[in-house]
Amino acid sequence: MYILGLDTSNQLLGVAIMKDEQVIGEITTNIARNHSVRLMPAINQLMEDVDMKPEQLDKIVVAKGPGSYTGVRIGLTTAKTMAWALQIPVVGVSSLKVLGYQGKFFDGLICPFFDARRGRVYTGLYQWKDGNLEIVEDERNVAMEEWLKLLSSKEQKVLFLSPDMKKHQTTIETSMPSLAVIPDASAYQMANPSHLILAGENEANDSVYHITPNYLRLAEAEAKWLQAKENHANG
Amino acid sequence: MKNATYILGIESSCDETAVAIVKDGKEIIANVVASQIESHKRFGGVVPEIASRHHVEQITIVLQEAMEQSGLTWDEIDAIAVTQGPGLVGALLIGVSAAKALAFAKHKPLVPVHHIAGHIYANRLLEELQFPLLALVVSGGHTELVLMKEHGQFELIGQTRDDAAGEAYDKVARMLDMPYPGGPQIDLLAAQGEENLTFPRAWLEQDSFDFSFSGLKSAVINTIHNAQQRGETLKKADIAASFQASVVEVLTEKTFNAAEKYQVKQVLIAGGVAANKGLRTSLENKFAGTGIPLLIPPIKFCTDNAAMIAAAGTIAYQQGRRAGLDLNANPSLPLQ
Ligand SMILES: [Zn+2]
Repeated sequence: MYILGLDTSNQLLGVAIMKDEQVIGEITTNIARNHSVRLMPAINQLMEDVDMKPEQLDKIVVAKGPGSYTGVRIGLTTAKTMAWALQIPVVGVSSLKVLGYQGKFFDGLICPFFDARRGRVYTGLYQWKDGNLEIVEDERNVAMEEWLKLLSSKEQKVLFLSPDMKKHQTTIETSMPSLAVIPDASAYQMANPSHLILAGENEANDSVYHITPNYLRLAEAEAKWLQAKENHANG
Repeated sequence: MKNATYILGIESSCDETAVAIVKDGKEIIANVVASQIESHKRFGGVVPEIASRHHVEQITIVLQEAMEQSGLTWDEIDAIAVTQGPGLVGALLIGVSAAKALAFAKHKPLVPVHHIAGHIYANRLLEELQFPLLALVVSGGHTELVLMKEHGQFELIGQTRDDAAGEAYDKVARMLDMPYPGGPQIDLLAAQGEENLTFPRAWLEQDSFDFSFSGLKSAVINTIHNAQQRGETLKKADIAASFQASVVEVLTEKTFNAAEKYQVKQVLIAGGVAANKGLRTSLENKFAGTGIPLLIPPIKFCTDNAAMIAAAGTIAYQQGRRAGLDLNANPSLPLQ
């Protein structure tokens, strides 16, 4: 059983291959470069390194966002098209959930997040229970300050995980001085493509036709259009 | 022994998600287009982010439909051709990512195609090309005269210096409060109006095959404003007819002059505006009796589709053009 995992939903580019519960290869870079140019060569390279052919794949797991709209679409399009062509299942996993796997042995609440600009974040609240990462508060696009108020009200320790930690660390520490747990090394703040495969194993297969990104936000034009329609309806 | 060449083409440069399979660059085996136009109408134009979102939702559905329509097996497909540019970068990236994933999964060569080369090669789905030929490419994003001396060779001899012809149509349509897309509406309205307003024709320098439509657009605005100030209302149909007459005359004359100068054996019309009745009629009249054959494809071949990408991709494939798995979308890809 060979499973390919791929993640281009944020700055990190991650590709991993698992063979029967064993991670046999991983390529991860965390630099601001073009995912479109680098994703397929990375997949090709990794497959060559572990000496396998595309036909041997049994499943593809993809990080479906939130994150960069374009990055999410590159990964998802690649995953669903490859799965369709190879006639194998595809599974989309929330990019936040993948990050939450870094907190596997943390006994408390887990808050993975990505910066969404202007003081906002893409985030959700999770907790490990009986070996499963369970959702405690739904994923959303929210102002960090508002989100931290909700987390504080829970009066429990919260592990914060994010590649964008630098931008928000002060706000978090100010607002939850005794409850916030922040790992100091960036290695814990990055999504891991092998974790992505683990997460995908516990989720139902998606349709290669209907799997869609987890944007957590409407396109700006659509949001405005809906707003205008609502204003109109309210007279 | 296998003689035929089957190319699968993917197009996603603007607001159509399209996949087609073409045999020997001439015969359509499958042709599927998922149009997003209904979704973009509410915004009054194509919104790039919305376009990208629709492409990612549609791509495998359209691929499946095309493969089913073709009745072919993967063994019979020789290569994957894809629009590399120009177009909306986020939209192009969906087609490019899908094409690379397919090429990798199915061990097929990957062939990059220029969108305009596609529009020109749409004509080969109807009639064999004769060189040298001249192509007038007119669409929402393009107004170009392209000279081709042989297959796969494109020489840009004229282009717009400001707005594309289709863009001017859409802008004038907006001034006349017509819904998006405006081009076809102006064409319809023009047929009911009279050419009784004088709008400028931008001929530019003598011998230049370049175009300019921004002056015409301003003239239309000014004429409407001046009439309003005098308390007069102009008939929309007359504005449309007069505007269209200016665009069509310049396009027709420049195309004719270029055809004579380069002694071409064929003149092809390509791109969405080729569907315009006024333009078709004017070109047909001008070229009638000249001995230069004029090819204007039916409307479904003028608008964006993937059969044209597969057709252009067939020649590129036969000429040995290949892209690696690092192929990127290029929103301003030059034609060469
Ligand atoms: Zn086009």
